[in-house]
Order: sequence, then structure tokens, then C-alpha cells
Amino acid sequence: MTVSLETRGLTKRFGGIVATDNVSFRLEVGARHALIGPNGAGKTTFINLLTGVLPPTAGQVFLEGTDVTRMTPERRVLRGLARTFQINQLFASMTPAETIGAAVSERLRRGSTWWRSLGGQREIEAEVETIAARFGLADALGTNVTRLAYGKQRLLEIAVAFACRPRVLLLDEPAAGVPEAERRELLDTVAALPRDVSVLLIEHDMDLVFSFAERISVLVNGALFAEGSVEEVSNDPRVRAVYLGEDEHG
Amino acid sequence: MQASPPAGTGVCFSAARRWRMAETVFWLAAAATFFGLPGYHLLLTEIAIIGLFALSLDLILGFAGIASLGHAAFFGLGAYVAGLLGKHGWGDPLLGLAAGAGSAALLGFLTSFLVLRGSDLTRLVVTLGVALLLGEAANQAAWLTGGADGLQGVEIAPLLGRFEFDLFGRTAYAYCLVVTFVLFMVARQIVNSPFGLSVRAVRDNALRARAIGVPVNSRLVAIYTVAAAYAGIAGALLAQTTQFVSLDVLALHRSADVLLAVVIGGVGYLYGGLIGAVFLKVLQDVFAGLTPQYWTFWIGLVLVVLVLVGRERAVAGARDVVRRVVGIRRRTS
Repeated sequence: MTVSLETRGLTKRFGGIVATDNVSFRLEVGARHALIGPNGAGKTTFINLLTGVLPPTAGQVFLEGTDVTRMTPERRVLRGLARTFQINQLFASMTPAETIGAAVSERLRRGSTWWRSLGGQREIEAEVETIAARFGLADALGTNVTRLAYGKQRLLEIAVAFACRPRVLLLDEPAAGVPEAERRELLDTVAALPRDVSVLLIEHDMDLVFSFAERISVLVNGALFAEGSVEEVSNDPRVRAVYLGEDEHG
Repeated sequence: MQASPPAGTGVCFSAARRWRMAETVFWLAAAATFFGLPGYHLLLTEIAIIGLFALSLDLILGFAGIASLGHAAFFGLGAYVAGLLGKHGWGDPLLGLAAGAGSAALLGFLTSFLVLRGSDLTRLVVTLGVALLLGEAANQAAWLTGGADGLQGVEIAPLLGRFEFDLFGRTAYAYCLVVTFVLFMVARQIVNSPFGLSVRAVRDNALRARAIGVPVNSRLVAIYTVAAAYAGIAGALLAQTTQFVSLDVLALHRSADVLLAVVIGGVGYLYGGLIGAVFLKVLQDVFAGLTPQYWTFWIGLVLVVLVLVGRERAVAGARDVVRRVVGIRRRTS
């Protein structure tokens, strides 16, 4: 099997507005794939359809060959589809240790265990430490997340998704708002994600897209407008007209 | 909101499970009241019961973020079930507790689906509605509940077949204190478990909780059911220790009082409900003694001041005053 995530004729209408228009899309196993498009192109809706936050009006979503169109978001996560958010969605009362621990314990199907303390579970603790080290959070494990530097919060945002041990990872503008000084660490961490995880990057930042992605899909008005290698897409005059031309020097 | 536990020191989650010195002091003090304040056992029993009831509310309000104005529905159901059992010859206290817990848990499970959706405001109204429904049902079913006259003739057998419930409330207080302590320890275990963590995750951010695979609805149903069982046990304790149940157990002021207790004591760290119950009941008792006619006025005033000043600042201020007083005494002595 070479396709890890696929949509067929995926459509979402809100009243008279077509937010996602008959999108048939494939994410290859191990891909470094970027999804770009101007504001209002329907990128967020597309992500919400993939993750199951929204039900589609028509069409299907396949995760590793299985039709997951009617599956709840949490079941899709347990099947290996995880995402990050453009705006941080963290647990305000928790530390990074607890945040990552929550994801790990859920993945290990321990989320309904009430008779054992979280603290005594070496398996969870060890994995939390491993993930924290990978995302540069080892020194901040006991700090409340609201007190972390913004760049660290963005790293945690990815670390939490990674703790679900995804086979498909959707990164929604991971570098959004990260100050220049913390940017390098974030980009390096994203670049160092293991190759067996297929990554779909939703991004505005063209530097990040060109440095990270091997394939690019362009979404315009909810429909798939163009797709190809980085070279093909960046040389496509139609794409330049609707998108790159505006943003490249912007 | 109570601040989260302080940072761990190396080991990931040690902060959550660590038993603090202050907790030992708290429970030793509670045990000491049994021996040291024999004249107050009736009041203390009531405090233990309201404390347990408030602990139950804290489980859903503080840990799951579910605001309720109808928590008395479970308290009242537990009270009526235990009372009815006692009246009809099933007076064993522990059996009554189990039945009160079971029936309230069932009601909690069924009504939890009503609070899954919607904002805080809808939840307040829905929970209030459920309590009102139950209150009116108890009022109408006078053949069963005694209606407005209350449920009379409740007979409770000796605890464990050995300890009679005496007139001074000795057995009653020991019983309520032990039950509250045991259930507190269970609640503490629950909130420090992976399950407890996932419930907090839902409270903090349901969107993200779903995105890490937490089945949000079933976790809310579970914690709501547990909290209902706790409230049912508190109600059963009240019925057994007073050997009487009136419509009052389902009244709005029950739900409001317990919400006050939790808000006064602070949500989300389990002790808030217990401390709030002590504070509220002692305050009521003191004001009722000072001015029998106007005590609700003074309670109201204290609550308004407390909320306006803010609990943290009030506590810090009180600590300051205590320090100064202690300091003056030291200097003068």
C-alpha cells in the first residue's frame, strides 16, 4: 500500500456556499506534502473533513485503505491520524508532561483507568520523556503550559500530536506567529520528523513550504486547483497568478 | 480557579499524587473534632454531609467543567431511597448507602446525556429543570414520599449490627466522617489517574481532547455518573442520620448552597467543597445564634464581599491579619 490518506469526491456545502468542492486527493506513505491556497480557499474545512470534526456533504475519506468517513474524530486518532492546530489548542491547567501524558495514555487505551495513579506508570513516563526530548521540551516538563514561551507552545502543539504516534500527521501552519529567534528550532524539529510518518503541511509561509515539502497541492475556492512537485507548482503560471505571485514577495 | 499543582521535580507526574503535609493536618483535625467537640456532633454531621455533597459537585464542576444548579436531584433521590428502605424494614445503613448511590448513579447516567451538549447556561437550566421535575414528582407522590409532610417512620438499624445511632449523634458523626473520608480518598485516586487527567483535558479544551483520541462524551458521562453516586450517598447519609426526609432535600436552595460551598472553598482541588461546607455551616450557625431573625442577611453580605474581594485575596488578607495578631501577641508576651 502506498497511499496513506485519500479522499474521493469530498464535498462540503454550508447552505449555498461550497467550502470543499469535489476534492480527490492522495497523500502517499512517507510524504512531505504541502497544501497551500489563498485565504478562504477552504483549507481549514478540508482539514476538519479529514479529521472528522465536520461531516462531508458528499464523498469519502480513506485512512490506509479503510473508509473512515463516518468515524468519530477520536477513533480516527486511534487509527493513526493526528493533527495540530493553527491557533494553539493546549490544556491551560496542565504542564507539558501532563499534556503529552494525556495523549500517550489515551493511545495506550488507559484513558478510562481510574484505579491506578498516573504517576506510577513507568511506560507513560518514559515515553513522555522521550517525546519531550525530541521536541526540546525536556527542561519545561513541569512548567504550566501558559507560562511557556510561544515557540515552546508551538513545539508542544506538535509534540502532543506526535504522542498519538500518528502514521499521518496534519500540521496546520506550525510556524504561525513564531518569533524569528525561535523559528529555527521549530523548522528543524519539523524537518526531523521520522520518515515513516506521512505529513500534510497546511501553510502560508512559502519559505517553510519550499524547504519542507516535496509535493504541493493548491486549493482555490474549495477545489483542487493544481498539484505536482515543488518545481512544477512553483513554475505553473496559473498558480503564480492566483497565489504565489501575491505572496512570494509579500 | 485553583492554581495547578507546582512544578514536578524531574519525575513527570509526581506533583499530582504526592500527599501533602497539610492534608494529614486537615484530616487529623477532622478526626479531632469527633473527640474534642462532643457538643457539636449534630452540626459536624451536617457539615460532613454537605462537604461530601460539595465534593461531588467539585468532581463535575472543578474537574469536568460542568456547572450545575440541580445537583440536589441526586442528593434528594439518594435521601428518599435510603429513607424508604429504612421505613420498609431495610434499615441497614450500608445497604441504604449502596441503594442511594446506585439509584442516583442511574439517574446521573440517564441525565448526563442532557448536559453533554450546550454551554454553561444551558447546563445550568437543564440541571435545574431535572431537579425541579424530581421535586414536583416527590411532592405529588405523597403515597410514597409523604409529600409535604415528609417521610416519617424511618428506622435505621445499628451500624455494622453493633453501633446504635444515639441521640447525641456520636455514631452518626463517626459514620459520616468515615464515609466522607473514604469517598474523598477514592475521589483523589480518580482525579490523579489517567481517567482524571483525560477529564481535565476535556474541561480545558474539548476540541484538543478529541484530537488526541479522548472520547469526550463517554468521559463526561462517566464522571457525571460518579458524581451523582457521590451526591446520592450524601443524601442517604442525611436521611439515615436524621431519620427523616422532606421535600427540602430536592429544593433549589440545596443545589445553590452546595454550589456556594464549592465556590467559597475553591474548585478543582477536592478540598474546596469540604472547606466551603465548614465555612458556610459555621457561618450560618454563628449568625443564626447572634441574630436569629437576620442571619441570612449577614450570610448574603459575607458572600457578596467574598466574591467581590476575591477568595485568594480574602484568604491572603486573613493570613496577614493572623500573622500580625500572632506577632503582636509575641511582642507583648
